[in-house]
Amino acid sequence: MLKRVISCFIFSVFFVSQITAQEDPQMAEALRESGKIYVVVLCLLIIFVGLFSYLIVLDRKFSKKIKDKNE
Amino acid sequence: MGRTNQLLAVFSFGLLVYTIYFGFISSVPARHILNESIRNLYFHVPMWFTMFVLLSFGLYYALLFLIKKEYTLDAKAIAFNETAMVFGVLGLLTGMLWAKYTWGSWWVSDPKLNGSAITLLMYGAYFLLRSSIRDERLKARLSNVYVVFCYVMWIVFLIVLPRMTDSLHPGNGGNPGFNSYDLDHSMRLVFYPAVIGWICFGLWISNVRFKLSQTYA
Repeated sequence: MLKRVISCFIFSVFFVSQITAQEDPQMAEALRESGKIYVVVLCLLIIFVGLFSYLIVLDRKFSKKIKDKNE
Repeated sequence: MGRTNQLLAVFSFGLLVYTIYFGFISSVPARHILNESIRNLYFHVPMWFTMFVLLSFGLYYALLFLIKKEYTLDAKAIAFNETAMVFGVLGLLTGMLWAKYTWGSWWVSDPKLNGSAITLLMYGAYFLLRSSIRDERLKARLSNVYVVFCYVMWIVFLIVLPRMTDSLHPGNGGNPGFNSYDLDHSMRLVFYPAVIGWICFGLWISNVRFKLSQTYA
């Protein structure tokens, strides 16, 4: 009886480990989903943020010059 | 000047709306590893083309300044070079993201990547040079002479050297160009308008930058 339980236990452990080994490890794969389309979306976002920041820098730069000129 | 600049703005706006819409909607060739990220051709590549065109304008006005010694020409040169660097940085950042999900790393030892980093550093030194000299005449002369040197060097680093060694980029180091992927020419219908649209956008921003410097200097 004990032998049977032990062998059953070993078998079940082996079986479970086999099943879990077949599953892929879970990773943060959001950018690789949907054929990597979010890489393109994020690139467009980078361009948008970059151009916007440049305009903000220009605004600050010339606002300062106007202020200096008026004083 | 003002009228053409407004036309540039409207023209580039139309083309970029077209680019962003059809860039995501149009059909693209299915490729392993690249997958849908092949659409980055419409956003990453035009950044560099825009930088090339703006740097060429920057060189043109730098040379014109060195001949004529008019300070509005110097202001034009700096406007074009500065905007070109913004597009260069954007090209580098979008390229890094694209590389991470296709080549597997943020930075690979590719001659084109290292060349673009060197180019950005060289032009960074140009801005440093300008900000470190107080005398306006000396500043304008030195920086415009330096820009001529920079222009020659970026052509060597970004156009010549990557074609002579191994590279991951299409069209470099003996690789087939991107047109070999685009067998039915469907991508060209978006790519060419994208390039023209981004270039016009860059020219427009440079002109606005120049006008600001003229009005409030």
